[in-house]
Amino acid sequence: MNFHAVRAIYVYEMARAFRTLLQSVVSPVISTSLYFVVFGAAIGSRIDEINGVSYGAFIVPGLIMLSLLTQSLTNASFGIYFPKFVGTIYEVLSAPVSFIEVVIAYVGAAATKSIILGLIILGTASLFVPLRIEHPFVMLTFLVLTALTFSLFGFIIGIWADSFEKLQLVPLLIITPLTFLGGSFYSIDMLPPFWRTATLFNPVVYLVSGFRWSFYGVSDVSVWISLAMTGLFLAICLTAIWWIFHTGWRLKS
Amino acid sequence: MAPILKISGLSKVYDSGFTALKSVDLEIDKGEIFALLGPNGAGKTTLISIICGLVSPSGGTVVADGHDVIRDYRAARAMIGLVPQELTTDSFETVWATVSFSRGLFGKPKNPAHIEKVLKALSLYDKRDSKVMTLSGGMKRRVLIAKALAHEPEILFLDEPTAGVDVELRRDMWNVVRELRDGGVTIILTTHYIEEAEEMADRVGIINKGELMLVEDKAELMRKLGRKQLRLTLHEPLGALPEALADHGLELGKDGTEIVYTYDSQGERTGITTLLSDLSQNGIRFKDLDTSQSTLEEIFVNLVRNQQ
Repeated sequence: MNFHAVRAIYVYEMARAFRTLLQSVVSPVISTSLYFVVFGAAIGSRIDEINGVSYGAFIVPGLIMLSLLTQSLTNASFGIYFPKFVGTIYEVLSAPVSFIEVVIAYVGAAATKSIILGLIILGTASLFVPLRIEHPFVMLTFLVLTALTFSLFGFIIGIWADSFEKLQLVPLLIITPLTFLGGSFYSIDMLPPFWRTATLFNPVVYLVSGFRWSFYGVSDVSVWISLAMTGLFLAICLTAIWWIFHTGWRLKS
Repeated sequence: MAPILKISGLSKVYDSGFTALKSVDLEIDKGEIFALLGPNGAGKTTLISIICGLVSPSGGTVVADGHDVIRDYRAARAMIGLVPQELTTDSFETVWATVSFSRGLFGKPKNPAHIEKVLKALSLYDKRDSKVMTLSGGMKRRVLIAKALAHEPEILFLDEPTAGVDVELRRDMWNVVRELRDGGVTIILTTHYIEEAEEMADRVGIINKGELMLVEDKAELMRKLGRKQLRLTLHEPLGALPEALADHGLELGKDGTEIVYTYDSQGERTGITTLLSDLSQNGIRFKDLDTSQSTLEEIFVNLVRNQQ
């Protein structure tokens, strides 16, 4: 194991986040605050409590998930895509590092960043609405697992993408709709029966539901199913990484 | 002396079907400067890229100091440094940060003293806190060299180190390379400037269309393939060469004021004595003469032309 290399890449990636503090931290915090103002205060005051939780508080776990997913994806995909784009990837390719070490460093850094971001948003949310976290340990587990899974997913996208357009494609066309329709802003019990069933095919539902359970002890689906599904997505991403590794880097000709 | 780098039967066919290398065999000795010379698209960069791990070979092996570059890539790559052809740098990093990053990436613990030494040797120390994007092209090239040297490699690849670099900086670069060699680093550089190979290299390999056509000690190469020319400046211009001199294979130049005789300086008989006596027998008088050795450039052009 080349620890020095893993550390070098990790530190480099973290430094990149601090360099672009505005983009990586301030902008998600601002957009989340806007959600609170619009949905929590303006509209939320007209919506009844859901399962005994005020609407403003109800949307907090979903909002954190929304940022966690998109930031993990964009961070990790950009982290590996950008060196490919400008050509500095040559150095990583010529270094005595294994593919797995590269994955650990890039994905680890991306996940760390989005976990920090998730906690910052949680802190921001607590300024707007009264929060309680009934199962902090489960909450952290979901936070870490989701950040890891979607950072892995982002890394895969970054390796696959050969243009900025493709890089934006998955977050924009798949993740954002899935998150919005994944019960971030509503309980799926509020949906008509057909859509309630259809929604169960949306993986984000399980993430949001489980995460919300860790806050308020209420969920759309059983927390165990949520955990199992999160584990399944992680396993799928790890398999994909393993497959990329075994079929060559996709970075070499 | 055992070679520090041994390339055997290396070939590369890209997915597009383009054959970039055709079974290349090459051995590099420890401590030498080896110049790989060839026109654009000859396979120079592909060869380097395979050795450094950027491109997967289609066949053949590369062994660096006993370590196969694929099976034993960690040990092999740890001793190799690469300066790429393109100026690909982290624009937003400082010089110090990017060079330190390279050292870590290659598995070496932090060593500010070494980084300082490298930066000073490349006259970059004053710029250590500058962002790479603020540097000139020549300085960026030095940053790339510093990055490649950060992990104390034993073999350094320089892919077209002076492409697009002005004359003064090129001289500087050559000095840097010589100093590195004096420090015990084996250097392999690619170039399509013959002048560079001639100036720098201990040995020269000529590659064209994916084939290594020739590997030779530079001096030996120039002696072996070097043809000399004898130029005679005449007193009175000639309209045509006299019949009697036809056997010498002379050329008449500069409106008939100059006779050029090309001969092999290594040959048993250069034919100069006979030529001079034939000239005087025909009453051709000359006021000046000089001889010149063909340059590597002419050798190279001849080789490449013969292959086509």
